[in-house]
Amino acid sequence: MKEVILIKNGEIVLKGLNRSSFEDVMIKNLRHALKPYGSATIKKAQSTIYIEPSDDQFDFDRALIRVSRVFGIAAFSRALECEKTMDAIIENGVPYLKEALENARTFKVEAKRADKRFPVKSPDIAAEMGGKLLEAYPHLKVDVKNPQIVVNVEIRDFGAYVHAGQIPGAGGMPTGTGGKAAILISGGIDSPVAAYMMAKRGIELTAIHFASPPYTSLRAEMKVKELLGKVAGYCGSIKLAIVPFTEIQEEISKNCPEEYFTLIMRRFMMKISDKLARNNNCHALITGESVGQVASQTIYALAVTDNVCTMPVFRPCIGMDKEEIVQISRKIDTFDISVQPYEDCCTVFTPKHPRTRPTIEAVQEAESPLDFDQLIDRAISGVTYEWIN
Amino acid sequence: MIHYLDNTATTPLCQEAIFRMTEYMKSDFGNPSSLHLLGINASVKLEKCRGEIADKLGCDKNEIYFTSCGSESNNTAIFGAVKAKRRDGNRIVTTATEHHSVLNCMEQLEKDGFEVIYLTPDEKGKISEEKIFSAVTKETILVSIMAVNNETGAVNPVECIKRAVKNAGSQALIHIDGVQAFGKTDLSPLKNGADLITVSAHKIHGPKGIGALYIKKGVRILPLILGGGQEKGLRSGTESTLLIEGFAGAASALPNQKKAAEQVAELNRYLREKLSEIDGVTVNSPDDGLPYILNFSCEGIRSETMLHHLERSGVFVSSGSACAKGEKSHVLRSMGLSDKRIDSAIRVSFSRFSTKDDIDALVSGIKDGFNKLTRSKR
Repeated sequence: MKEVILIKNGEIVLKGLNRSSFEDVMIKNLRHALKPYGSATIKKAQSTIYIEPSDDQFDFDRALIRVSRVFGIAAFSRALECEKTMDAIIENGVPYLKEALENARTFKVEAKRADKRFPVKSPDIAAEMGGKLLEAYPHLKVDVKNPQIVVNVEIRDFGAYVHAGQIPGAGGMPTGTGGKAAILISGGIDSPVAAYMMAKRGIELTAIHFASPPYTSLRAEMKVKELLGKVAGYCGSIKLAIVPFTEIQEEISKNCPEEYFTLIMRRFMMKISDKLARNNNCHALITGESVGQVASQTIYALAVTDNVCTMPVFRPCIGMDKEEIVQISRKIDTFDISVQPYEDCCTVFTPKHPRTRPTIEAVQEAESPLDFDQLIDRAISGVTYEWIN
Repeated sequence: MIHYLDNTATTPLCQEAIFRMTEYMKSDFGNPSSLHLLGINASVKLEKCRGEIADKLGCDKNEIYFTSCGSESNNTAIFGAVKAKRRDGNRIVTTATEHHSVLNCMEQLEKDGFEVIYLTPDEKGKISEEKIFSAVTKETILVSIMAVNNETGAVNPVECIKRAVKNAGSQALIHIDGVQAFGKTDLSPLKNGADLITVSAHKIHGPKGIGALYIKKGVRILPLILGGGQEKGLRSGTESTLLIEGFAGAASALPNQKKAAEQVAELNRYLREKLSEIDGVTVNSPDDGLPYILNFSCEGIRSETMLHHLERSGVFVSSGSACAKGEKSHVLRSMGLSDKRIDSAIRVSFSRFSTKDDIDALVSGIKDGFNKLTRSKR
């Protein structure tokens, strides 16, 4: 018995002449993603990608979970491959479907004959297969309108495939097809979600984290790495830049009015990220901000922080409620990590009454005692890089 | 250079524990319950260890039951006692300053319908005799109070519990969480009259993952873990012979309690003296507490910030208790301290291996912190 994974592409199919280059990126991503689970051949034909294990050492169950997290896949199925004869399909297909059908009450069979050289027409394939399945599993009833299980028989170029339905994929676009962007990640709930959402659109991520020891703990950094690891589970390896931020925070605290503290800090973060992003061939910044969530996320505050950037800033969570963000964070398994109680930016530096309607002029005035360029250069020269897998 | 001053969280293994575990790993592997010679060898060694630990606690060897840790001993003592005594009454007396492995059991028991009285300490963290006496009634089935508080070092008057129970004409069992007291102060059941005492190996330079519960001869409590009936049915599961060997090694290496305590008290005095010279430091520990623990607040500097600042110069301390990771200390709160003081609390804890050098490093780190660190504005 030979099992394969059949993959149906998502939005890629809407592409025109460059569709094949999108597919190639996805195959490359799949190849990389499945490497740990054993050796397999990956090929494309008729807008489907086939994953065929080379031997029985291939860890099929875990590979399927991994496939469910590869962006660009609309749906996939675990299928039996057999010879293109009705006898072979029935002889192998009927016992193969045992697990799926045993616990179901209703089913139907759908047949697709992509290879028109196959002598039996689709409705006849379905009827014959359905009959044999009813014989083998007498507890079943056919329900063409609302079946619990849809048995698929697909006659394709390489062979005939039998499976018990499609599993929804991660959707989105293949990682790397959308260019590169840098995510500012803190360790909270929002930024990993923002990272995931943009990665889903095919963007390759570089991450930037600001560390302020001793005001922040090494555990906060470990937490960020763990969060990125979850996102990397979808989009592959992420390069993480850790920026030493203590000096800047202390300088702001010493020299600037308290109510502007967070804003000035955010401006530093954006400016540093803008530079780092450029150094790393990124073409946009990503943040987890959502309008009105905290004082530094009013539209006035966002305007003030954007003012220092030279590249576009993507904020995929901008119009989402906290609960909606939490839902995604639970889906991608980052929520439980995010809520661990290590402070990412110590409250020592948060003002009691922050400005919610700042103007650019006022902020510039407030930060004027600081030597922006020098502080930024020093921070950037202290950046350390690490790959997160 | 490492200046480890967080011995209340855990302690490094002492040479004796390392030696005995290493030798054991090389020679023995038998299951003490096996009938054959290898099993017998293992059980002979196990019983020898039990005896060594009993000696240090001051009880009979048959009154020591091995568990996996202090938390398990506390859980076993509390739930086991309550299950055995539930027909005698509904009231449990404990304190608001207990370890979470006691408090969370109590919370569960409250949900199950028991009335739990949480005694609150004075502003130095100590529970008064009067409060214990007035809380224990005839319907009380369990009194669970820690001998020494892990955050402040406050020593509770646990010897009076026995009298309080007698006075009330109650059948209550007495449980003492002795994790921080064991090996550092007299915890003998003959002196404090306890029915149940929790001890743990890794606070006395033994390995993590092994603890014990003293159960007075004749006292019956019910087990939490059922199975093969090891530890006379009180705690099933194959005994962790290797860790028990390390536990016994650490226990038998404990020095004379009084002498060690005097030596540590000297360090404690020295530290208090140095701290009194620093503006902004307030001591939270009582003057008559266990000398091994000193809790103080550094005005305007958050605990975690100071902790991470100190670790840069190799000084390792704690902000409150290590188990509570970043949450506000329930102990300091129950003492009625202000949020400002709780947020800036540092706990220093010594061992018999601590030196004046460690304290000098700590003190200069704190001074440096006051100079360099940005103070909290709240």
